[in-house]
Amino acid sequence: MSVRIFVPRDSGSLAVGADEVAAELNRVAHERDVALDLVRPGSRGLYWLEPMLEVETPAGRVAFGPTTVADVASILDAILSDGPHPLKLGLTEQIPWLKRQTRLTFVRCGIVDPRSIDDYRAHGGYKGLERALKLSSDAIIDDVVKSGLRGRGGAGFPTGTKWRTVAQAGRGQKYICCNADEGDSGTFADRMLMEGDPFMVIEGMTIAGIAVGATKGYIYIRSEYPHAVVAMNAAIEAARRTGYLGDNICHSTDSFDIEVRVGAGAYICGEETSMLESLEGKRGTVRAKPPLPAHKGLFGRPTVINNVLTFSAVPYILDGGAQAYADCGMGRSRGTKPIQLAGNVKHGGLFEVAFGITLGELIDDIGGGTLSGRPVRAVQVGGPLGAYFPRALFDTPFDYEAFAARSGMVGHGGVVVFDDTVDMAKQARFAMEFCAIESCGKCTPCRIGSTRGAETVDKIIAGDKPAANIAVLEDLCNTMKFGSLCALGGLAPIPVLSALTHFPEDFGLAPRRLQAAE
Amino acid sequence: MHQEPWDPTRAAEIIAGLTHKEGPTLVILHALQEAFGHVPEAAEPMVAQALNLSRAEVHGVLTFYPDFRREPPGRHVLKLCRAEACQAAGGDALAARVENRLGVGFGATTADGAVTLEPTYCLGLCATAPAAMLDDRVIGRLDASRLDALMAEAQQ
Repeated sequence: MSVRIFVPRDSGSLAVGADEVAAELNRVAHERDVALDLVRPGSRGLYWLEPMLEVETPAGRVAFGPTTVADVASILDAILSDGPHPLKLGLTEQIPWLKRQTRLTFVRCGIVDPRSIDDYRAHGGYKGLERALKLSSDAIIDDVVKSGLRGRGGAGFPTGTKWRTVAQAGRGQKYICCNADEGDSGTFADRMLMEGDPFMVIEGMTIAGIAVGATKGYIYIRSEYPHAVVAMNAAIEAARRTGYLGDNICHSTDSFDIEVRVGAGAYICGEETSMLESLEGKRGTVRAKPPLPAHKGLFGRPTVINNVLTFSAVPYILDGGAQAYADCGMGRSRGTKPIQLAGNVKHGGLFEVAFGITLGELIDDIGGGTLSGRPVRAVQVGGPLGAYFPRALFDTPFDYEAFAARSGMVGHGGVVVFDDTVDMAKQARFAMEFCAIESCGKCTPCRIGSTRGAETVDKIIAGDKPAANIAVLEDLCNTMKFGSLCALGGLAPIPVLSALTHFPEDFGLAPRRLQAAE
Repeated sequence: MHQEPWDPTRAAEIIAGLTHKEGPTLVILHALQEAFGHVPEAAEPMVAQALNLSRAEVHGVLTFYPDFRREPPGRHVLKLCRAEACQAAGGDALAARVENRLGVGFGATTADGAVTLEPTYCLGLCATAPAAMLDDRVIGRLDASRLDALMAEAQQ
């Protein structure tokens, strides 16, 4: 009888020793003459428990973690004797952190073997595509509209509306582009899915291709994600071999293929028009809109651009889940949001939940506060261009509109926790500095404003005419917000102004009463 | 990291093998850097001619993207994440430590040619921060002692 053990190959797990644990497991099993069936899935997303090793039992998978090489022999003993172990966490599905989630997009992540298309199909994969192949273009898009799905990259644009525009943009070459340039610090959901459930991304893109009449798709992955590049390429090859990509998909009349393109370290290429320029082989500078990419996108052709998570939500929706998806969430934010808890947090990882959960529940209850054990002082939600919120705003529910009403944004769902040692003036300066480093240089408010902004924050910190310089900074932020061509310059003022509004004492000012919440 | 010495014939082969792609400039530059560790000035006119672009256009692309190197890197490349999630977990102190110990700033190579130190803005390892990458290997939950071990390995 063989023992089936799962050790993640997710790069977050590799970064803390998963490969060493897997190698030791092979060695010990061989030494003890145990027939080992070692599977390397993605991560379940409970990163404080990584490397988390799981064993298949009749009752379900049982987890151990966080494991080290030194624990492997004793864990294998405990598995073989069904005995206790200090690192034994019980049935994985019963771990409260996992059980509280609503996993629609991450339903298979950490469970299936990302190199096996058979495993994907055995876990419900490709049912959405099979149904989509029987539907008309309009019927597919109707399902996406009905689900209420909005772009998960950050902007929250209704996906069905975007697809309809491309579908109606006449005949001829069209493209599907998957934006996997997940550059926001504190986010890793796209990476996890590409590494842990790559066929789902492929299936979502294929359905989009069929819906709008596109035969070619590109997935633009940032170079900082080498493991995701390998995983996606392997999955694309497997899908081609089995007839899920290429000419006449599943013996239908529809054809679609995907090519991976790798970025080159420019944050701005996560902006959709800059990504198109980069895909065309040019400098990643932003294009003015209109024309919208849906009308004139890649190589001037109608193009659907969606984030990894948006495409990945589609297979579930097309597999008869449109209504169930729409039934989750609050207000105009429908479905689930994969939230990423990061930074100085005790229980960091991927938490997929229906929209509506409050920031406080996420930080205190689910995240367990800071890893350092010190009080939480600030959280940045939505990446480098998202607002810093103090504890007073922890009642904000996760909802595009609720965050916008408090001058923040949900963005790609990254939540970075800071303890009370953080210097918010320094964080405000970094936001400007980051914008200066990453600006594509096309528009003046962003290119020059970011550098002037960093200098002005320096003056405020140094106590040089603080009142006058704060007025300059606020004015500059307004210029960037309203005058920039894209969201980089347009949103960089958000972290700066939120730090100034909520943490004025860090800028040498008297604490003032909270205004942004009202 | 394995790198070949610059060889125009080999470069021409690499370029010719990729010109059939749509918008191939970045793909070609990546392939050249993969082979030679950097993209030397001599490659620019070759790429330009193969793609019917001006040399200025190729130069513009090459210098826009932080990944592309115009000089050979050290024997190892150490990338340390400088973004917010790693800052929250103590990344700034580690950045100061690595600059101090290696005696070079970010973007530079140590005098003995052992290590090139580069900043990176997010490796997606934000729940196991602070994070780094040594050549192709990812490392999380860095602290001073793990960082010292990494530097020692890189300097060998």
